[in-house]
Amino acid sequence: MTDVQITITNKTYPNALQPTIKDLQLSLTSNEFICLVGASGCGKTTLLNCLAGLDKQYDGEICVGQQHTTPKIGYIFQNPRLLPWRTVRENIELVLEPNQPPSVIDALLDFMQLTQAQHEYPERLSVGMNRRVAIIRAFAVNPDLLLMDEPFVSLDPPTARDVRRLLLQLWQQRPHTVLFVTHDLREAITLADRLIFLASTPMQVISDIVVPIPRMQRHDEAAIEGFRQQLLNDYPAIKQLL
Amino acid sequence: METMCYFKAKLIMTINKYLPTLSLLIFLAVWQGVASYLHSNTLPTPQVVAIVFWQAIVSGQLPYHLGATLLRLVVSFSISMLLGCAIGIVLGRNKALNAFFDNWLVIFLNVPALVTIILCYVWFGLVESAAILAVVINKLPNVIVTIREGTRALDTDLMDMARCYHFSKTKTLRHVILPQLQPFLMGATRSGLALIWKIILVVELLGRSNGMGYQLHLFFQMFDVASILAYTIAFVAVIQLIELLILKPLDKQALRWRR
Repeated sequence: MTDVQITITNKTYPNALQPTIKDLQLSLTSNEFICLVGASGCGKTTLLNCLAGLDKQYDGEICVGQQHTTPKIGYIFQNPRLLPWRTVRENIELVLEPNQPPSVIDALLDFMQLTQAQHEYPERLSVGMNRRVAIIRAFAVNPDLLLMDEPFVSLDPPTARDVRRLLLQLWQQRPHTVLFVTHDLREAITLADRLIFLASTPMQVISDIVVPIPRMQRHDEAAIEGFRQQLLNDYPAIKQLL
Repeated sequence: METMCYFKAKLIMTINKYLPTLSLLIFLAVWQGVASYLHSNTLPTPQVVAIVFWQAIVSGQLPYHLGATLLRLVVSFSISMLLGCAIGIVLGRNKALNAFFDNWLVIFLNVPALVTIILCYVWFGLVESAAILAVVINKLPNVIVTIREGTRALDTDLMDMARCYHFSKTKTLRHVILPQLQPFLMGATRSGLALIWKIILVVELLGRSNGMGYQLHLFFQMFDVASILAYTIAFVAVIQLIELLILKPLDKQALRWRR
């Protein structure tokens, strides 16, 4: 059970004129898949870095799960960030805890169709494969909270669709709270339980919308497109974001 | 026409393969020519040098003194690399410490090698530890500066990744930092070997009773150029062996992950 409470009253980068994030409040329920949608540069990555504990220079409080325990966080960065001098398998093994059996990796590799490539070095594989390895790495730690920062941004549409489908299957197998950052509304509707739209400088929540389409129908392009049009008509502010 | 091109390409490849040997032969030929023309004691022919070289090996003199120098090289090189890496990484990652010690580095970088050697001998006596210390002090600042530059260029994305996935300090060092420092480590190693060799000779010449430097000093007093050249050849050969048997394989091993 991992509820996440985020309160950031002020996050201003040194030498910046305006705060990047101001008076932001978000709460995520356990096992919820949430998409943050906003224009590039609105501070989404900054927010994820704060959540992951990589950036501690902010005013406010972030609570992940119970207090006094370090939450396990899986972070899929915008670029895969694999160690190029370690093989695919070694890259995943490095994040495992000592008591985790290596069979975890075998299952994930098999699921992502990377068993063949497990002893290759990342630079010898395609971008799409590297992204899949990054996803496996994040899932391998069995995260309480999974952060994803536009992980499909440089993939061609068919590959992106495949990886997105694999990601959803994986998430349904072992549900956990997911915070997924994107500026692609269609992608967000396909994946999320809840959409949170963000305005930039300073970042603030514009609207918070539950996606009503059942999970079974998410592959239906027409349903996705219909909901997208409806959103754009009902909330003119969203149109300006994208 | 095509077969012509093929043979031409093949010929060029064969020539390229033998070019290093050819250049070496030409070097020896020029040496032989000049030495025969001058016919002087101060420039013996390659043949004389080869004979002296062989005699020095058989008598055990050359191996003994070369061994003494090599031992000093290994000890002082290991100390300066280990210390230099540790200090370099710390200074590269910590701005305050770097600001504090930067001046010290500049001072030590610019003290002439001869001065450190003399001071070490004057302060600590003509002993082995003083000799090693003098070499280390000369080499250490170079290693620190090289590794510090490498540490500053570390990829923050990967460091963040390591932090996010709770890598321990040793894990981060071994899997994230050291592989990125590899080119800098190799640079420091190569320049270090070259520098330390030269400094050790001076150290031995000034205050030791064995080693290459000591021997060269003796030969100088006797104007024994053939022996000096024979020892120089041994010297170059050893460095070439280190390069071929240790450094090149290390390079290759470190590059195996590249496209």
